[in-house]
Amino acid sequence: MPQTLYDKLWNSHVVHVEPDGTALLYIDRHLVHEVTSAQAYEGLRAAGRKPWRVESVVATADHNTPTTHWEEGLAGVRDPFAKLQIETLDANIRQFGAKVYFPYLDRQQGIVHVIGPEQGATLPGMTVVCGDSHTSTHGAFACLAHGIGTSEVEHVLATQCLVTKKMKNLRINVEGPLGRGVTAKDIVLAIIGRIGTAGATGYAIEFAGAAIRSLSMEGRMTVCNMAIEAGARAGMVAVDEVTIEYLRGRKFAPSGALWDQAVAYWRTLVSDPGAKFDREVPINAREIKPHVTWGTSPEMVVTVDDAVPDPDRENDAQRREAMERALSYMGLKPRTPITDIAIDKVFIGSCTNSRIEDLRAAAAVVRGRRVASNVKLALVVPGSGLVKQQAEREGLDRIFRDAGFEWREPGCSMCLGMNPDRLSAGERCASTSNRNFEGRQGPGGRTHLVSPVMAAAAAIAGHFVDIRRWS
Amino acid sequence: MEKFTVLNGLVAPLDRANVDTDQIIPKQYLASIKRTGFAGGLFADWRKDPGFVLNQPRYKGAQILLARKNFGCGSSREHAPWALIDYGFRSVIAPSYADIFFNNSYKNGLLPVVLTEAEVDRLFHECNAFPGFRLVIDLERQSVASTDGALVMRFEIDPFRKYCLVNGLDEIGLTLRHADKIREFEARRKAQYPWYF
Repeated sequence: MPQTLYDKLWNSHVVHVEPDGTALLYIDRHLVHEVTSAQAYEGLRAAGRKPWRVESVVATADHNTPTTHWEEGLAGVRDPFAKLQIETLDANIRQFGAKVYFPYLDRQQGIVHVIGPEQGATLPGMTVVCGDSHTSTHGAFACLAHGIGTSEVEHVLATQCLVTKKMKNLRINVEGPLGRGVTAKDIVLAIIGRIGTAGATGYAIEFAGAAIRSLSMEGRMTVCNMAIEAGARAGMVAVDEVTIEYLRGRKFAPSGALWDQAVAYWRTLVSDPGAKFDREVPINAREIKPHVTWGTSPEMVVTVDDAVPDPDRENDAQRREAMERALSYMGLKPRTPITDIAIDKVFIGSCTNSRIEDLRAAAAVVRGRRVASNVKLALVVPGSGLVKQQAEREGLDRIFRDAGFEWREPGCSMCLGMNPDRLSAGERCASTSNRNFEGRQGPGGRTHLVSPVMAAAAAIAGHFVDIRRWS
Repeated sequence: MEKFTVLNGLVAPLDRANVDTDQIIPKQYLASIKRTGFAGGLFADWRKDPGFVLNQPRYKGAQILLARKNFGCGSSREHAPWALIDYGFRSVIAPSYADIFFNNSYKNGLLPVVLTEAEVDRLFHECNAFPGFRLVIDLERQSVASTDGALVMRFEIDPFRKYCLVNGLDEIGLTLRHADKIREFEARRKAQYPWYF
């Protein structure tokens, strides 16, 4: 029987199934970070248990780490709680071990979802878990990648398995060419706008179609990253030449004869012709324009040539109320053209958009220009030490600095504001991150999600602009 | 984990859809390496509003949170169920949940009950109309009922999850009963796909 990519990944990892369908799924790669692992290791210690397979663990500190003051070492972490979490991870990895650990201040440290792929530690056909919902990112490599909670982190450490049930198959076909200035971020925002923030709950999404095929691995990671914003724990893209070329020569990717064997297997990681999906959603790539969120959920999104919606035109009472609350929180009036919205801060970074391709695209927009005077802070936070070094070799840091951006050390930074990079109450930010929830980037902060080129252009203009008209 | 059998609890209504885990527990409260002590962070930003449901005296001591669709979306932080439990909640009732929150709840003995939109609407109505409105959640019978038994609603739950909750079982211990099977699977996988190891 023809199988979907998800079926294949699922079937190749099932260890045991209970009569009600609850399965033990074998986990190949476990990514660990400082904020969701401490209680899991504590649980192991309390029960006198050991990790099942230490070699599956790749660890780093990224969520709460400062992006400045690295020259001061650990003393540069001013927040005592953040420092305790970083030190606790150090101690836990020392005690229990890992395949590889990139601690705070390491030259290869970075956002867990950036370093897994760039190190070749994320490989097609793997199951990947991490105590972070954006683990769906790794699905770009035809992995089954889930975000999990801390109890599950402990469970995977202790048993190498996840207790879970099979999800349904959803394929989103993005067909046709992408227009100028339209990016992977706009594809996924368009999808979320269409199906809603719970639109794919209970499904594993396969992103398919010519527009997805045309994306680099960086772009595919951006799309899979935000599968969770549509409710799907896992998003994925089938293996093709782009996948294989990206992995060739990466540090933890196989080499020699094993590489050839692996590639032969990886090429089978595609949905079979005629495979049955529970649901399919067609998206016309030609119709996708640059997107900007206006509200406090990623589904509250419009195209840049549109305006803030009017709750009075919404018939559903619950939705209308949610819109009114969002507009009040965001300090926006209905029917305001998106390009009339002025911003206070710009954040280019996060596991969604902090890879080298994102930084190149943003740098091309700001080259030779200056950040607008009303923009108080424009931040570029590379996704990892390796991304940062690559960008510096290409001179991107100079372009950003000359334009008035701050060029920071890697980490999750202002995407979730657990480190000192935050919005203050009422501040409005053009952000390349993934969530515009109330207070996400700082209590009272107002987030508009956009692509890196849209964020860069907004920084220069001081308000949103249609990147398609940028010259 | 504490067993979950029958809960007779006061109901607090949170009438918003798509409540995300950043609201349930804002990030400034995640800076701990313990599983407890998160009650103060529960809905911390919303609790600054004196009119917020948990600030109303009539809902003091509530153990059941009545909510709208897609409850718990967003971040995977298990601090969300930890905070709800720490505050005193033992169950949430909603028409739907985000997957990760739904899973995390079971692992901590917080029962996420799924009822239809119409049933949830009815409960919101009852809850608003009658101060002190309580519900009896009987996990064994898979029912939600008013204390006088006039209103009874049925809910579905995976048998395995129910079994774990009713018995307060440690899931890791349960999984390790299959340790031999896991080892066999691992050996096979390693032989077939050595590059993953």
